[in-house]
Amino acid sequence: MKSDLELTNLIDAYLKEELSGSVLADFEQLRKSDPSFDMKVVEHRNFISNLSDYGSRVKLSSDMNMIHESLDIQAIKDEVAPEVPRHIRLWKKYRINTAIAASVAFVAISATLLSTGYFSKSISTNVNLLRREINSIKRSQNALIKNINDKPAKGPADPGEFGGTGFALSSNGYLVTNFHVVDGADSVYVQNSEGEAFKVKLIYQDPAYDLAVLQITDPDFEKLASLPYTFKKATSDVGEDVFTIGFPRDEQVLGNGYVSARNGYAGDTVAYQVSIPVNPGNSGGPLLDNRGNVIGIINRKQALIDGAAFAIKSSFILKSIEAIPQDSLDEKLVVNKRNTLAGLSRKDQFKKLEPYIYMVKVY
Amino acid sequence: MKKEVKSSVPADSEIVLGILNDSKEILSRLYISYFPMVLQLVLKNNGNEDDAKDVFQESVIVLYNKVKAGNFELNSKLKTFLYSVCRRLWLKRLNEQSKTIRNIQDFSEIIAVEDDLEKHEEKDRQFAIMESALMQLGEPCKTIIEDYYIHNRSMQEICEKFGYTNADNAKTQKYKCLQRLKKLFFQT
Repeated sequence: MKSDLELTNLIDAYLKEELSGSVLADFEQLRKSDPSFDMKVVEHRNFISNLSDYGSRVKLSSDMNMIHESLDIQAIKDEVAPEVPRHIRLWKKYRINTAIAASVAFVAISATLLSTGYFSKSISTNVNLLRREINSIKRSQNALIKNINDKPAKGPADPGEFGGTGFALSSNGYLVTNFHVVDGADSVYVQNSEGEAFKVKLIYQDPAYDLAVLQITDPDFEKLASLPYTFKKATSDVGEDVFTIGFPRDEQVLGNGYVSARNGYAGDTVAYQVSIPVNPGNSGGPLLDNRGNVIGIINRKQALIDGAAFAIKSSFILKSIEAIPQDSLDEKLVVNKRNTLAGLSRKDQFKKLEPYIYMVKVY
Repeated sequence: MKKEVKSSVPADSEIVLGILNDSKEILSRLYISYFPMVLQLVLKNNGNEDDAKDVFQESVIVLYNKVKAGNFELNSKLKTFLYSVCRRLWLKRLNEQSKTIRNIQDFSEIIAVEDDLEKHEEKDRQFAIMESALMQLGEPCKTIIEDYYIHNRSMQEICEKFGYTNADNAKTQKYKCLQRLKKLFFQT
């Protein structure tokens, strides 16, 4: 009996087909006669085939690695999968996460709002807001018309519907006021500081600049002394001290202030912004500087904003006067060129101005 | 954005013949022809080029084993076969990495390759065991075994290479090594 070593070598030789002649015949004979030897051969062959499978796989892998290394991977990559821009890649990668996050956020917010009763409230809130907005627009544009009806019952016998202020343009009875003061009026009267009322007629109106020129047609009216003030053509500087006289009540009221901006409401170049206390009834009042030049005419104030009144620049008053066809006038309208207020104290200025400033009553 | 990858592709029968003859040239052409397709598949589905390389090489091994097993019948295009194998392998690997992919982006038709992959897995296990057994075997046994059984060198060559005084000594050494290898192989 051969040793295991010898048998193994024999099988190896057999599998490698190195056996020949009588040795091979003997080997075949032994396999047939001895099943355990046959088993051994089969077992050995399986193991060796396992081993050679391993070998061929290792070889295949190394061959493939060699081929792989010879390839230009980057070029193939560019061909099969063109590089997409980074943001698109990120988007593609995270779009589902984003969608989920957005949904979660949406649900969370909705739930929060729902639980806090936001939705039930919001309708009325919106309406309020809208209403306030409309109101604020209305109010900010609200002309300083004083509703005389609001006054206590013990007022004058025949109170006008609305009131404003006007002032003389010339000594022969021409006045200027705001268009909105006399807009839609049946009849207009003016009343001076002494309480005398005169009927006036509207001879010119300029809704764009909110100006109206009136003429006193009342036969009782006596010519005024020559005007103490002039109209300033140039634009006044911001910071200039100004004052106004008006009829927010049945008496002339002086208000002091300064020009706070070169332009009016929402950038309106026709007007100044003036920081001055004005109230309904001040509309149409003259805005004068310290030297007694009329630099504007008060026409409105902004609601909800402190100290923001607006005054039409005096140059537009002059333009309006020029625009009146002179031959349609009964009497010539000559704008005063001499100023007698300069250098006076405010109280003297007020005294001198009093007769030229009228309350405009609209029926 | 599906894009067919075009290149001069060897005929399928040519490849099968080449595999049976261990033709390096055919392997190379096979590789060049079909690797881009797999690269595209893997890149578009959350992988990188190294993943593509591994997956593709594995699929080639599957193909080689299938062809060499003898009973190879070409009942689909080789391209479809390789693609299907790679697709399955890649999905499996993604699954192992616990990366899920909702919609795999396909670039070719696919066929069922589950049987082939089962066989492959078995082979793969054997391969891994053999690899580790050989690693544990140590030198010079490993080289002797590899030279004799894998590279088919004669006992005489081995004898000279390792400086054994005669072929019998070498044979004894080889026998001992083989016994140890078997022991290592079967105990795992």
